[in-house]
Amino acid sequence: MEIEEADVIVMWGSNARNAHPIFFHHALRGVANGARLWTVDPRRTGTAKFADHWLGLNVGTDIGLAHGVAREIIAAGLTDDEFIANATTGYEEFVAFVEPWTLEHTSSVTGVPAEAIRDLAHAYATADKAQICWTLGITEHHTGVDNVQSLCNLSLLTGHVGRWGSGLVPLRGQNNVQGGGDMGALPNKLSGFQDVEDDEARAKFEAAWECTIPPTNGWNLTQMFEAMGRDELKAVYCIGENPVDSEADAVHARAMLERLDLLVVQDVFMTRTAEMADVVFPAALGWAESDGTATNSERRVQRMRAAVPPPGEARQEVGIINDLAALMGDDDWGQPTPQELWDELRTVSPMHGGMSWDRLEAEGGIQWPCPTEDHPGTSFLHGRLWERPAQGRLAPFSCVDDRPPLDVLTDEFPLRLTTVRALDSYNTGVQTEHFPSPIRTGEALSISTTDAEALGLVDGERVTVSSRRGAIAMTIEVEEHLAVGLCHTTFHFPETTDINQITSDAVDPKSGTAEFKAAAIRIDKLASPVAEDRAAEDRAGDPASTNDPVGTHA
Amino acid sequence: MNEVPVMVTTMVEFTLDGEAVRVPEGATILDACQREGIDTPTLCWAENLTPVNVCRVCVVEVEGSRVLVPSCSRPVEEGMVVATDTERVRTSRRMVYELLASSVEMDRADPEVHAWMEHYGARPERMGDRSEIATVAQPVKIQDDLYVRDYERCILCYKCVEACGDDAQHTFAIATAGRGFDAHISTEHDVTLPDSACVYCGNCIGVCPTGALAFKTEHDMREAGTWDESEQQVTTTVCPFCGVGCNLELHTQDERIVKVTSPADHSVTHGHLCIKGRFGWQHAHA
Repeated sequence: MEIEEADVIVMWGSNARNAHPIFFHHALRGVANGARLWTVDPRRTGTAKFADHWLGLNVGTDIGLAHGVAREIIAAGLTDDEFIANATTGYEEFVAFVEPWTLEHTSSVTGVPAEAIRDLAHAYATADKAQICWTLGITEHHTGVDNVQSLCNLSLLTGHVGRWGSGLVPLRGQNNVQGGGDMGALPNKLSGFQDVEDDEARAKFEAAWECTIPPTNGWNLTQMFEAMGRDELKAVYCIGENPVDSEADAVHARAMLERLDLLVVQDVFMTRTAEMADVVFPAALGWAESDGTATNSERRVQRMRAAVPPPGEARQEVGIINDLAALMGDDDWGQPTPQELWDELRTVSPMHGGMSWDRLEAEGGIQWPCPTEDHPGTSFLHGRLWERPAQGRLAPFSCVDDRPPLDVLTDEFPLRLTTVRALDSYNTGVQTEHFPSPIRTGEALSISTTDAEALGLVDGERVTVSSRRGAIAMTIEVEEHLAVGLCHTTFHFPETTDINQITSDAVDPKSGTAEFKAAAIRIDKLASPVAEDRAAEDRAGDPASTNDPVGTHA
Repeated sequence: MNEVPVMVTTMVEFTLDGEAVRVPEGATILDACQREGIDTPTLCWAENLTPVNVCRVCVVEVEGSRVLVPSCSRPVEEGMVVATDTERVRTSRRMVYELLASSVEMDRADPEVHAWMEHYGARPERMGDRSEIATVAQPVKIQDDLYVRDYERCILCYKCVEACGDDAQHTFAIATAGRGFDAHISTEHDVTLPDSACVYCGNCIGVCPTGALAFKTEHDMREAGTWDESEQQVTTTVCPFCGVGCNLELHTQDERIVKVTSPADHSVTHGHLCIKGRFGWQHAHA
């Protein structure tokens, strides 16, 4: 992996040590090879403990910090002027836009010392090869897309993109979330990221599939829930998703699903969403009971293979969908094998064209784009920006505003709650609750020593945690080095601690992703044991459940 | 401009079993043997770990060297003359196997270990009655539901320490403790595994050559007499959790997963996994 050869690695809003442990092995190999490692995270995470420098910013001030780093790179004359002139647009406007973000101003907004911001700016800009890696600490904000663009600005200022060892590295959270997008499981894309609203692309698919494709973009998940509220969306076929547990503001999500005329759920477990369904299709596990492919964070397509038969009535998902199509009157689909489906994809998605099934078997994995059978696959993207003249669309600087989390802190809700992940659990826990992890400690709300003392709370105490959406009972865990005013918890155990009853319902309008990373909360001593008993009874009223094989926390 | 840089390497020429051989600078004698198809036994070496050259079973004779040298860690030098199958080499390798197998239970060692012992005519029994030796008479450590540590099978090859440390996991939960005959692999202050720094990635199990470290599932099936490798299949697939794309080798018996490994030559994992990839498969049989 290229990160082993980077000189500077910036993990920004990523606790890869927990969430992407094997990627982090490669990052540590890079450190062993001489790279300096920075982490940018409100918490001093397990990842931060391996870093040369930790920038503990205030939750939701990533754009401000990025602008401050950008301004310092510009002010210190460390920009790659040749790259900016030939490969980017909007530089002059950007320079003016970030001018107010002096080290002092940035420090006052982000809580990061000016000297630390300066060090990061200089190290990143002067490195030969530098990478910025990020995860949900960047994307699960109401400014998620803008956050990403603010990091892209840094790579454009310095030319740290499109070169071996340098780049922008979003770490994907699920084994095939990339592949889902590749295949066109997005409201605005056909297979191979071809636009639904591109008439030419659509005509190609219509000819290949012998059908008519709606000419306008569909809804993303958040828009679908909004459409349920307007009664415009009346039927949902939900495959491998458990929104009852994974959506922010869970009470609202459940209410929306209850409005539907028809809910069909296809899943490997009887999730709490499946419990609500009119029809449930039990599905085979994708990774151990089915044949197919998955695409990882590096765009590497790899084969998944069935090792065991599915239990009971569970079936391969391809077969379920084909039979459903036949019952709906289209019985021309036959029973194609995964290989036949893959070969069809290759005829309509140029970036997969060269990836024959035989090559995937023989080579173990190929990174797209791979247009022809003699193409080796592509290790990194955007090399076109280094052609002279640069090929394709030039890369634009983005003048994005720093906007704090929408769930504002007030006297009533004075603490900032951010959701995080444990090493041994995964999303809503449906897949990981079945193995007896010796390091699993269950759910707890971590709080700083200072805040605990101010509230008169002790480690292990049961409390009521409230937000503007709801209130739940939790156990607190006092964490000595946590920033004052910051709390964190995982969301791996929704059956016992339904965190998403209190998470923020703010959404990034550009991505549809909820602001899981920034809720405003209050912690109260448990008024009486009765309150907790009542909460327990409320939970018992819910159907018992297991959860989500993929979750929405992409 | 999407090119991956090509490394320019200097080649080194030397004599290997009487043949002139050229290898890239920095290659070890073992690398050269593997390229030339000269089978060489190893115990403490693995392709995904830094050589620690403690077991001495890969030794070869180098002209001008007073002692035999470990091929796994000695880089080839220009003009070096190496012999891999002399009487001195064969005797030394046989003695290594005999000494190890006389103090350690080797019956679950990798099959190739037994093949090499036969090849060299190793007779550990000539070292005395093994059952009386303290290292063999140890109870199996079972401290959680994922691992067992059966140190009567430990040959102190240090592979687990390397995999737990800076060759992969960087957790440093285990190291060697004690000296001489008392040397053994231990957690800090010999605390139980759940109380140690261990994060249960199982990468120590993945590299153990003798079965001293094992999945609890394997241990339980062996105890019950149901473990049967001849009835097992291995299927390579992709881990169901995060997006890194680790390849898993699912070892299955009677339509159930019994163990998970990862290929050492896979560019993503180099054979190493995390707790979710190694042990998070149990929902397949929930």
